[in-house]
Amino acid sequence: MDMMSDRIADRVKQMKGSGIREFFDIAQRMEDAISLGVGEPDFVTPWRIREACIFSLEKGYTSYTSNWGLLELREALADTIYKETGVYYDPEGELLITTGVSEAADLALRAILNPGDEVILHEPSYVSYNPCTVFAGGTTVCVATGVEDEFKVRAEQIEEKITERTKALILSYPNNPTGATLSRKDLEEIADVANEHDLLVISDEVYGKLTYEGTHTCFASLNGMKERTILLNGFSKAYAMTGWRLGYAAGNKEIIEAMMKIHQYIMMCAPITAQMAAIEALRCEDEVERMVNEYNRRRRVTVDGLNSLGLSCFEPKGAFYTFPSIKSTGLTSEEFAKRLLFEEKVVVIPGNVFGACGEGFVRCAYAVSQYELKEALERIERFLTGIK
Amino acid sequence: MKEEIKEKQKEVEILRIFEENARLSDAEIARMMGIKEDEVKAIIAELESKRIIRKYKAVINYEKAGIEAVQALIDVKVSPERDTGYDSVAERISRFPEVQSVRLVSGEYDLSVLVSGKTMQEVAYFVAGKIAPLEQVRNTLTHFLLKTYKEHGEIYGEEGQGKRLAVTL
Repeated sequence: MDMMSDRIADRVKQMKGSGIREFFDIAQRMEDAISLGVGEPDFVTPWRIREACIFSLEKGYTSYTSNWGLLELREALADTIYKETGVYYDPEGELLITTGVSEAADLALRAILNPGDEVILHEPSYVSYNPCTVFAGGTTVCVATGVEDEFKVRAEQIEEKITERTKALILSYPNNPTGATLSRKDLEEIADVANEHDLLVISDEVYGKLTYEGTHTCFASLNGMKERTILLNGFSKAYAMTGWRLGYAAGNKEIIEAMMKIHQYIMMCAPITAQMAAIEALRCEDEVERMVNEYNRRRRVTVDGLNSLGLSCFEPKGAFYTFPSIKSTGLTSEEFAKRLLFEEKVVVIPGNVFGACGEGFVRCAYAVSQYELKEALERIERFLTGIK
Repeated sequence: MKEEIKEKQKEVEILRIFEENARLSDAEIARMMGIKEDEVKAIIAELESKRIIRKYKAVINYEKAGIEAVQALIDVKVSPERDTGYDSVAERISRFPEVQSVRLVSGEYDLSVLVSGKTMQEVAYFVAGKIAPLEQVRNTLTHFLLKTYKEHGEIYGEEGQGKRLAVTL
């Protein structure tokens, strides 16, 4: 009998797993550890939203929905997007409800990529974009951003990497892992490049509502961008609904229909319970505001705290991550993270997990209570004193 | 005018922060708000002097502390006085240290009074001996508090919050 691993598809075998899987496993199981390695809100989904879901279950809403998602949800969403961005998407044909933004990103790539097509993405990057591109048969071309630019990708950097095989650009701002945001002007310059080279733009704006300075600019709202943008967004971060698995894609009718074609076969539809809850969620802007205000307080405490410990940290204006440099310690990102975990039981994510240019940095989330944040900063201080 | 609104927003923000945790230092509050510590000190001093902030209190689970404490909500029906209405009897009731709160309410009764004591008997004797005999008090109805589920925005039980994954990329 051959080794089972020989029967795994090549492109899956070749996909690099996270090099520090072991570290993550230990972190998950460690008692009394304070984790700044989380990627989701510490808030429980607001009660009103949970209650709407429970009520829908009591009333017996348990069957499949349309592949596109409940029409009521799509209509409410189209309204909300229009109010917030000025972009109107037809709920019938230009909006697709998906099982998380993760699925939407995967669908988008699978819908547009032919073998050998290239996708440009900026690093440090959320870990899923590269694998999804590769599984869809495409090739990723990475643009490294730096702290001198506060990890904002510049239009020229993108332009440099364009070849005749470039199909799309993935933009992800506010950004995981850096917390960086792009201004309207920054985005307009990128829009010009997309226009000039006729690229599609996949814009993952799942952290859009978590913007603390200035307002979030929806890429699709820029001049001429609606048609070439596949807008991805969801309910996980803003409404603290990570486990519910609900997101959506909005864009040009033909592309969204292509995405739906795949979605209908692999997923059928997003969970009805989550969709029913989402309809209520769209009425809960006050809850979002409350959470955003609290994140903002913690953001300031974290950035301030890290800087005063000598871990130089630029001020992120979105999401709930900070990306401080640990270069002053002389350790690599992985060494820093491992030692911090074993010596002081604080979990941070080494920056190189998000791309080579993340080396020298760590991702510290502040989606943690004020109390834990304070404690974590104290432990980090002890750790730093210990390694001097 | 814009300045006044900004000032007001800072005051409101500090009040919100104190509602959650009144033990934060001025420095910590300053950090959270992204403003200077001196400004925080000044705003707090102003709020205190204007008696907008009356008191800093801890929310205590007496049962867990093993401290004997009984509380009762007394509905009081009052004959209002000419000119002063309910004020004088409300003020009179307020003066007792056993009384935690006195509020004028709508509905069948007029005043809602929260009384605390060491035992139910103590509280009952207090109501019978000190509240009921007051001239303007027509009627009282005593409700003993049996179990606190939530108080001052604090849920006392363990809210079933599933543990998050320590690492999510």
